[in-house]
Amino acid sequence: MIWAKEETLPREEIEKIQLDRFLETVNRVYEKVEPYRRKMDEMGIKPEDIKSLKDLSKLPFVTKQDLRDNYPFGLFAVPKEKLLRIHASSGTTGKPTVVGYTEGDMDVWTECVSRIACAGGATEKDVAQICFGYGMFTGALGLHYGLENIGATIVPSSTGNSEKQIMYMKDFGTSLLVATPSYALRLAEVAREMGLDPKKDLNVKIGLVGSELLTDAMRDEMHKYWGQDMLVTSNYGMSELMGPGVSGECEYLDGMHINEDFFIPEIINPETGEVLPEGEWGELVITCIKKEALPLIRYRTKDITKLTYEKCKCGRTTCRMANLSGRSDDMLKIRGVNVFPSQIEEVVLSVEGLGPHYEIIVEREGYSDKLTVKVELARATDSFTELTRIEKSVKSKLKIMLGLDAKILLESPNTLARFEGKAKRVRDLRKEK
Amino acid sequence: MTVKQVSVFIENRQGRLGEVLQVLKDNNVNILSISLADTTEYGLLRLIVNSPEKARDVLLASGFSSMLTEVLIIKVPHVSGALQNILDLLAKANISIEYMYGLSVETKDASIVVKTNELKRACEILDKGHIETMSPQEIAIL
Repeated sequence: MIWAKEETLPREEIEKIQLDRFLETVNRVYEKVEPYRRKMDEMGIKPEDIKSLKDLSKLPFVTKQDLRDNYPFGLFAVPKEKLLRIHASSGTTGKPTVVGYTEGDMDVWTECVSRIACAGGATEKDVAQICFGYGMFTGALGLHYGLENIGATIVPSSTGNSEKQIMYMKDFGTSLLVATPSYALRLAEVAREMGLDPKKDLNVKIGLVGSELLTDAMRDEMHKYWGQDMLVTSNYGMSELMGPGVSGECEYLDGMHINEDFFIPEIINPETGEVLPEGEWGELVITCIKKEALPLIRYRTKDITKLTYEKCKCGRTTCRMANLSGRSDDMLKIRGVNVFPSQIEEVVLSVEGLGPHYEIIVEREGYSDKLTVKVELARATDSFTELTRIEKSVKSKLKIMLGLDAKILLESPNTLARFEGKAKRVRDLRKEK
Repeated sequence: MTVKQVSVFIENRQGRLGEVLQVLKDNNVNILSISLADTTEYGLLRLIVNSPEKARDVLLASGFSSMLTEVLIIKVPHVSGALQNILDLLAKANISIEYMYGLSVETKDASIVVKTNELKRACEILDKGHIETMSPQEIAIL
């Protein structure tokens, strides 16, 4: 099902909407957002120099640091009384980043999430359990309003108390699960510990997962535990841009459809800032063209992906972004090699006999980096042959994928940390010295 | 006749072996024989105990990766060459030994715990050669 006609417009028509909204946004931001006006002035660019979508690349970037420097409301384009809602990022380091929504922004947000939920299979018949943390985080409330708009029944169970989550699923007949992929897997594990088989005893047929990378291997794990017929789609967003609803996968699972009448995507080389052509991997940069409160222009997401404008089998004509392959922030540089935790995860999930949990430790030994990957055995064994096979298999696959030697540590089942929100699986001990 | 051995995976961390033994002590499991084979990072602990099912269950409940494995406990007379004779018998029948370790009980014979492939055929060969193996009942009362 396709929610809105804007998702199937011919390219010229999408671009016409984009151009109108883009020009309006640039003019408004220049006039109302002093820090961005200063950036434009420093580069010698005036709103009248911006005439086409191509001129987007002339404009300066906005980064998370800009949001922090202008904490809390410095980049807002409306007075505070116009705000209907404020959200903030967790801000693990320093001040959080604060975002705001006008009434119009709330409507757009709801529309965008309805589209991606619909693309992921949601209908008014669904009982949708939202296992994202409610609060300042945009994930839970974003999905909440979007799914409610579709007409689904919302179970706002938030995170934590996993046994009770499973009880709700069983007793309320939850058919749609909203969670991070790692929490969705954890919930399946809890159900099994409670003596239930999620495939048979629960009715969850749709998974809308986000806020964390979903690798193909992780999707396979989801199917293994929740059932082959479950439609697991990932969706994308971040609070700075709006929250969830920027893009999401359809049933063909071939990239996330971007709501292009609200967001213009670009891919840049994260080191030089140069715009890269369609199909090349790089950092995603998003320009919000229909935001009233916080209209960020060329916001650097730090997420690594690539774009395609090919029409999808589902009938949508919108630009699709590939499932993320990591964050330019999360990227670890180990012995000069760029390593994304998602690559290591893919290897771990591909080795038979291992569970989906892992931990990556990077240390400095003398002048050299040392990579250790802790993995968890999926079942008991009495055979060294089996243990050696698992260890060697992880080691050689990592060597092939990254060109790096890693030390593999096998751990007993259920010993590595489980996460209910974003998983923290990397310990970079080099930084602590 | 075969008996059940408890196998436990343990990480090479200080105190890990002690944790396993504590669980067994707390549940009144008596250890009759123990073997610990290790690499630099992990080891496999193999135990002959008086109540293997219970041992496995309490270890699993305490978060240890444990399972039961069928093994043979062969009685070996205290005479020179006795063990060699037994192994020779198995080797001639093309049965390979995966691992073995001793079991000491205060009787006139010694015993060894042996894990082979084709356990059933190994039993038959030993029986035919009049070599005694211990039964689960014998173990349970030790």
